[in-house]
Amino acid sequence: MREVAVVAFAQSKSMRREPDRNEVEILIPVIRELREKTGLGIEEIDFICSGSSDYLAGQSFAFVSGLDAVGAWPPVSESHVEMDGAWALYEAWVKIQMGYADVAMVYGFGKPSMGDLPETLALQLDPYVVTPLWPDAISIAALQARLCIEKGVTSERQMAEVAARDRKNALANPYAQVKGEFEVAKLLAEPYLANPLRKHDCSPISDGASAIIIASEKRAKQLAKRPAWIRGFTHICEPQDLGVRDLTRSRSTEIAAEKAGVKKDKIDVAEIYGPFTHQEILVEKALGIGGKTQVNPSGGALAGNPMMAAGLTRIGEAARRIWDGGADRAVAHATSGPCLQQNLICVLEGN
Amino acid sequence: MSEPVEILKTPVKLEYTFSAGQSASRFLRAIAEGKLIGQRCPVDGRVYFPTRGSCPQHGVLMAPEPVELSDRGTVVTFSINRVPSENIKLDLPYAPIQVLLDGADTILMHVLGECPIEQVHMGMRVQAVWKPKSEWTTSIGNIKYFKPTGEPDAPFDSYKEHI
Repeated sequence: MREVAVVAFAQSKSMRREPDRNEVEILIPVIRELREKTGLGIEEIDFICSGSSDYLAGQSFAFVSGLDAVGAWPPVSESHVEMDGAWALYEAWVKIQMGYADVAMVYGFGKPSMGDLPETLALQLDPYVVTPLWPDAISIAALQARLCIEKGVTSERQMAEVAARDRKNALANPYAQVKGEFEVAKLLAEPYLANPLRKHDCSPISDGASAIIIASEKRAKQLAKRPAWIRGFTHICEPQDLGVRDLTRSRSTEIAAEKAGVKKDKIDVAEIYGPFTHQEILVEKALGIGGKTQVNPSGGALAGNPMMAAGLTRIGEAARRIWDGGADRAVAHATSGPCLQQNLICVLEGN
Repeated sequence: MSEPVEILKTPVKLEYTFSAGQSASRFLRAIAEGKLIGQRCPVDGRVYFPTRGSCPQHGVLMAPEPVELSDRGTVVTFSINRVPSENIKLDLPYAPIQVLLDGADTILMHVLGECPIEQVHMGMRVQAVWKPKSEWTTSIGNIKYFKPTGEPDAPFDSYKEHI
């Protein structure tokens, strides 16, 4: 395996509604910041990969315009995944592993405010027997949360505690959308959105973008003082049929964490992409991380959930803790699909 | 054996509130007033029309100052279309053209009118024919078509970079 590290990260502010910028206009300052941080010219970037969704944009091949933010002339080596940017990062990592690239740029972007996100996400479900019922994403997540509570995996109180923790952590994150000090008792006094989920259990709808640069060993050492070395990187998928899965645990996260070697050593920081509080709890359990691990110092997705970028942002936020010496070993998680269907684990180390 | 199920109707309808973005909005608002607004790349000074706000070559935001362009230009290339289209109300055959507006560095796709089809050629000088002002909206369709100006052809060197 080649040594590959995360060397730079930039993100836009998560916003409930970008008032007038389109996706490319959101992306341009993010990519410019990334290139300024590294000093990389476009000709020094061997491979570019992006993650976005045409369903969010409401137009086909919407991702192609994202390249306007990169400057793709002379033509560049580029690819795209119709997934969160974390999976685009995986593709870029494989490209470097295969020896086809030494420096890769990855970005994810989404503007879900243009549509009705909980409805749009219904299109991820089985198109023959589930999507025609149009179950919205919050209702689907509520079914899972109910199962978890009935089984004793978690409770409404624990879920509210996760929301309070993440929102408090987000006070230190200038890019976060939902932040502040909240009393658990007061959160629990709020009405249900979809029983047993309250508003604080759901990540916000966010417009935004993030971008990362990864590099092979020699280039990484030139580009970062303390590169965040990728020492484990796996993604695992569960079936589409919700009825055949155990929704009260995240088996795919467990397997991915095992393969990525999460438990080989202590984990100082975990950045988890939990679109809902109970899902953050399920992932935390599946990772098997102990009480010494700081979870979601950025506030996680509950503080800002730019669709198609939030997973990539978790990796960037975890890498940032390595760069600044705050952590020696970190794990970043990304998810995709209903009820944590597909999960990606990235283990980062400073040494 | 029973008959196979061959049709399953599962209509999908999603509604979007599209936002064109800062730059395209400025372009569209201007064209609603009969003005053609381009933007300049801050790296090489080229004027893009229409612009989406970023220079696709350099990956940078365009300079914010609007560059107002003439509605006259030069035909850079063309074709003769004999295939009917629901969206284009012109009689067949007609000529789709690419026009380099005076002052612009990128070409605009449009159609030619008021010109016998056999006379269209590269270098031909054309000008926009606008719809009546009362019909103007935020659309490039405010220009009905381009027609020949009768000026002498533009020299090849003036548009060869755009072929």
